[in-house]
Amino acid sequence: MSAGGIVPQRTFQEAARATLANAQMRRNLQHATTTIREKRLRAVAELPDWEDLRIQGAAIKDHVMANLGDYLLDLEAAVKARGGHVHWARDALEAREIVAGIASSHGAREVIKVKSITTDEIELNGGLAERGIHAIETDLAELIVQLSEDLPSHILVPAIHRNRAEIRDLFRRKLGAELLTDEPKQLAEAARLYLREKFLTTKVAVSGANFAVAETGTICVVESEGNGRMCVTLPEVLVSVMGIEKVLPTWQDMAVYLQLLPRSSTAERMNPYTSFWSGVTPGDGPQEFHLILLDNGRTDVLADEVGRQTLRCIRCSACLNVCPVYERAGGHAYGSVYPGPIGAILTPQLLHLENKNANTLPWASSLCGACYDACPVKINIPEVLLYLRGKITEDRPLSAEDTLFKTAAWVMSEPHRFEGAIKLARTGQGPLVKQGAIHALPGMLGGWTDTRDLPAFPPQTFREWWRGRPAPAMRGTEGNAQASEGQPLAPQREERSI
Amino acid sequence: MTIDLFITCLNDALFPRTGEATVKLLERLGHEVRFNERQTCCGQMHFNSGYQDDALRLVRHFVETFRDAEAVVAPSGSCVGMVRDLYPRAAEWAGDEELLAEVNALTPRVFELSEFLVRYLGVEDVGAYYPHRVTYHQTCHAMRVLRVGDAPLRLLKNVRGLRLVELPAVEQCCGFGGTFSVKNPETSTAMLADKVQNVLSTKAEACTAGDNSCLMHIGGGLSRLQAGTRTVHLAEILASTEGEVFA
Ligand code: SF4
Repeated sequence: MSAGGIVPQRTFQEAARATLANAQMRRNLQHATTTIREKRLRAVAELPDWEDLRIQGAAIKDHVMANLGDYLLDLEAAVKARGGHVHWARDALEAREIVAGIASSHGAREVIKVKSITTDEIELNGGLAERGIHAIETDLAELIVQLSEDLPSHILVPAIHRNRAEIRDLFRRKLGAELLTDEPKQLAEAARLYLREKFLTTKVAVSGANFAVAETGTICVVESEGNGRMCVTLPEVLVSVMGIEKVLPTWQDMAVYLQLLPRSSTAERMNPYTSFWSGVTPGDGPQEFHLILLDNGRTDVLADEVGRQTLRCIRCSACLNVCPVYERAGGHAYGSVYPGPIGAILTPQLLHLENKNANTLPWASSLCGACYDACPVKINIPEVLLYLRGKITEDRPLSAEDTLFKTAAWVMSEPHRFEGAIKLARTGQGPLVKQGAIHALPGMLGGWTDTRDLPAFPPQTFREWWRGRPAPAMRGTEGNAQASEGQPLAPQREERSI
Repeated sequence: MTIDLFITCLNDALFPRTGEATVKLLERLGHEVRFNERQTCCGQMHFNSGYQDDALRLVRHFVETFRDAEAVVAPSGSCVGMVRDLYPRAAEWAGDEELLAEVNALTPRVFELSEFLVRYLGVEDVGAYYPHRVTYHQTCHAMRVLRVGDAPLRLLKNVRGLRLVELPAVEQCCGFGGTFSVKNPETSTAMLADKVQNVLSTKAEACTAGDNSCLMHIGGGLSRLQAGTRTVHLAEILASTEGEVFA
């Protein structure tokens, strides 16, 4: 099964504990993300107007979000006018039923699929399997994940956690391929032979959509291998499942994202294959086209003023590739088809902040801010993380940790209480201190001292030192560096964006 | 000029030498330094951990304490990042317009030490002497929230006797992240392990940064390994002279 859905089965901490133990996966991940990080920086630096593009990319999406209903109705009308069918799906179950219904009406036992994270979100493959329909992934990495009965661990490179040797073994076992080496060329050839036959014999195909243009009803899929293009052109029936946030008003807008997306995701100037289709064209391509517009929690995200920016996401995966937490813990630790920084904010919101495991995701970040700098549509991921932490904490029953923090805030809001607390800690730390440091802490803080020492409280605080120093008149000026008075009071602050 | 110090709760309690160094350094540059004893904590730990109401108490307390300051300077990039970047958010999310106005009036006067010296005062040579091999860790908040850029490096390059060695993967987070290191200790440790290795690869005697929270984390890892490389706050290097060694 390669469709994982968005409901985490464990907390992030528990899942990460398991993935961190996989040394091979960590090495594969570190290698892959380091390479793509450097490439992306080079690709982005080539464009002198990158910052302007990012601002446009954010603004267009914000405009769409503010008028989403209108643009979706425009899209629906345009698709229908060109001979397509449009379906609205409230949730994953509805969407799966619609796809299964269409496939069944054509008597299909097999469908071929373009790599689509949205269909993974709704666990389409599993849903079809229950109806006796087998979904075949045609994207190479997605196929690898499917054949190995694994879950994708990256939104762009689902098998990023696998290396070549592992893939050769898999193809030998599952496709019966005779592979002498693990050369990428040979691996690709083995997959090609298997897939070609499927392309030519399967009647129904399922795709996702990167964008949809409301004015013409045109759907767009962007990919690297050309297998996607085979899927959207060869079969008789094409079903596209699209999150409602993917709609764009005009072709002009598309131009912005077709610059932002490839450089951010694969660090290429342009991706090798960009397919567009509008409804059906008699005698050319699929003769029946269905567009499924999927909500699945998105209107809830839309309703939240701070959280809404999450829907700008174009799934480029740049935030994953720069994230130090993702790099160590891997995609599976996030328990959802949306891993990494975007997953940490999208998954819990799609689940209405009601899923306990998903609600641990906003804490799966050190708030280093690398994701915000990388995001081509300027989603302030750290801000959303903090905002969600606040909402989740507010809504849950009071815990021991809450009491601790509330007491701390009470202590810290008055200097004499704060000072008293330090004195208390200084006396209390005695038995824990060895050679000036603390090597083991009890309880909740034990996780820290498993691998790190902590400094002990020194005998004097800063404020005690300050009180003990001689009065200003006694001090005089020390040293000989020249004092230099500053420029105007406001410092030169750069816009916070790169 | 008259500078109000914001020493931060962590420095006050655990790293008083950093505070002392900041005082000595600014006085050596001819400024009048004040320490308002009403100050406590910026509220970052609360805000970042999801306790936004409680953080708001501390935001208000900070604003009351420093309202009339000409300039507030802190030896901590992350606390200044909290004030400049997140105080407005805290006020907005609480729907407190009055507080937002006060915060917006105050934040342009709040500085991290290195940016204050280089960008505001225009000083790059503070007359320091520190005869050691040193590597510099760019902390995330100084780099990405405050955009201090090369300000700390300019200061370090002018320290006599100091040999600056570049830290590999300098832009990567050390894995501290406040309560992140407590809530997700395994992931945090994996990040720390890479940072510690990079620090050790420089063969530096000391790793410095503008933030004792990150240094506490990196130092905690180095100490556990008994690696012999120390962590030293930037202020302590800048305050050191031949006559008085701070770190
Ligand atoms: S959040 Fe931004 S960087 Fe991450 S996948 Fe979405 S668009 Fe790309």
